Amino acid sequence: MRIVVLMKAVPDLVEEIELTPEGNDIDREFLKFVLNEWDDQALEEALLVKEASGGEVVAVGLAGDADIDQSLYTAVAKGADSAVKVIGEATQTHERAALLAAYLRENPADLVLTGVQAPDDLDGQLAPMLAAHLGLPHVSVVVAVAVGEGAVVVRQEFAGGRSQEVSVKTPAVIGVQAARQTPRYAPISRIRQVMQSGALPEVAVAAEASGSGLRVRRMYEPEKTSHAHMLTGSADEVAEKIIELIRARGLVKG
Amino acid sequence: MSNDVLVLAERVGKQITDSTYELLGKARELADAWGGRAEVALFGPSEGAEQLGGADAVICIDHPALSDYVPEAYETALLHVLTQRAPRLLLLSNATVGLDLGAALSVRWDAPLAAYAVDLAVDGDALVATTQILGGKILAEVELGGSRAIATVVGGSLPPMTPAGSAEVVTLAPPAELDSSRMSVLQVFEPSGGDVDITAADMLVSIGRGIGSQDNLELAEELAQALGAPVSASRPIIDAGWMPKTRQVGKSGLKVKPKAYLAFGISGAPEHLEGMRSAELIIACNTDAKAPIFDVAHYGTTVDLFDLMPALAEKVKG
Repeated sequence: MRIVVLMKAVPDLVEEIELTPEGNDIDREFLKFVLNEWDDQALEEALLVKEASGGEVVAVGLAGDADIDQSLYTAVAKGADSAVKVIGEATQTHERAALLAAYLRENPADLVLTGVQAPDDLDGQLAPMLAAHLGLPHVSVVVAVAVGEGAVVVRQEFAGGRSQEVSVKTPAVIGVQAARQTPRYAPISRIRQVMQSGALPEVAVAAEASGSGLRVRRMYEPEKTSHAHMLTGSADEVAEKIIELIRARGLVKG
Repeated sequence: MSNDVLVLAERVGKQITDSTYELLGKARELADAWGGRAEVALFGPSEGAEQLGGADAVICIDHPALSDYVPEAYETALLHVLTQRAPRLLLLSNATVGLDLGAALSVRWDAPLAAYAVDLAVDGDALVATTQILGGKILAEVELGGSRAIATVVGGSLPPMTPAGSAEVVTLAPPAELDSSRMSVLQVFEPSGGDVDITAADMLVSIGRGIGSQDNLELAEELAQALGAPVSASRPIIDAGWMPKTRQVGKSGLKVKPKAYLAFGISGAPEHLEGMRSAELIIACNTDAKAPIFDVAHYGTTVDLFDLMPALAEKVKG
């Protein structure tokens, strides 16, 4: 079974997000990019599937994504069999889906896993869009994948703690919400070793042009309609104030 | 091109969900502005149609493949309705169903999609969506060009419509593709009982990523015990397997409304806020003074939780 994991670099949300002078995009120049955390979950689930049922895991990123190399090397260090960069650049999911669909038509996979969403995919999520291009079945918000005969069985989550088990014929595309376990770490020494062992192959694809049809008028920080009243002082002083607050509501005795 | 707005109805059991009514309210508003109709697609057995008064029509398709929510079958049926009814706008919830269908239909129905929408408005000839991206740090105002569009709307962003009267029921013949499915639902899991019901608690001690490691859960448990409150948590704690799913607060967990919600080390991702913002008193502790949790909290502090939790526990114990 060939399992492809699609990986995307996204702005590190720990950093301050600045907007461009035009105010209709984020300023990417000084931003730090990290692997989309849901893609990290997808990679973990792919590695768990491989450990349970065998197969080959290929991590695939876009060459145009800032700092994607580090994520792809790390994927190999964690246990992916190989990593590939598809030549192309995409700021919108529609463009990304067209590029990756072109790659997957040339290099078919039995199972495609990727994060259920990304923090910046305002024109939609990759997994269903890619599946629509390829005419494949797809399921999102998945928290477990098991391989069966010509099919995978996935657990799909809903609000309120409900979930269901769905059997999906392969090839299929799965949007992963969470892996069955916390994504593993790769030691830095192992990542370095992978980096030294060779460059990441780049693959050219012939993708049809594809836009989202969206025009961003402006971006802005949400107006704070309210802000918490901040309690300051030592931990002891703050604790005292908090207890007064909950005691006033009859929630603590004494 | 029509001026109609279509909403996909979602049901839990036989009950139409709150988010469906939120979408329906917006559909009504936009359809009125455009001089079109507000229609609702309802799949599977048509029971529930009587709960959708306020729409101009309920478009029903029934087929054995639609008795459960099967993503592929729903996509097939919804694409069929879109083709038949040709609405100007399709509204979906930005939860599991909308995450399955929205982006796929954007390609298959060839319509732009605004994901994570918190509001939609008509501006002259344009339809403008406000969407929430980058973990809620940025709002984007986007114009949906062309003659048709899709938006997936974040739950709780819009006021729900109160259904009134009754809607015309239009039954469509199921499309033939429903007979050849590549997908089937094997088993449905309802929330497991047996654990504490966090939605019934007066007070919650809630923890997030900031707790750092599983060993530190002791601090939360000790404080919770002293306060007589259960421990709840945000998604990362559940994903890490440190606490059961029954304790998860947020969009994919439970919605809670306690008299007091004490949040420790929770930054306040939109998915979490969706589950707890209506608590009567929210007190948040996070070392990042800019964490979004402070925008919904009534009281906040940037004191280290590793100092504050033991201090609180000690004082409560007296």
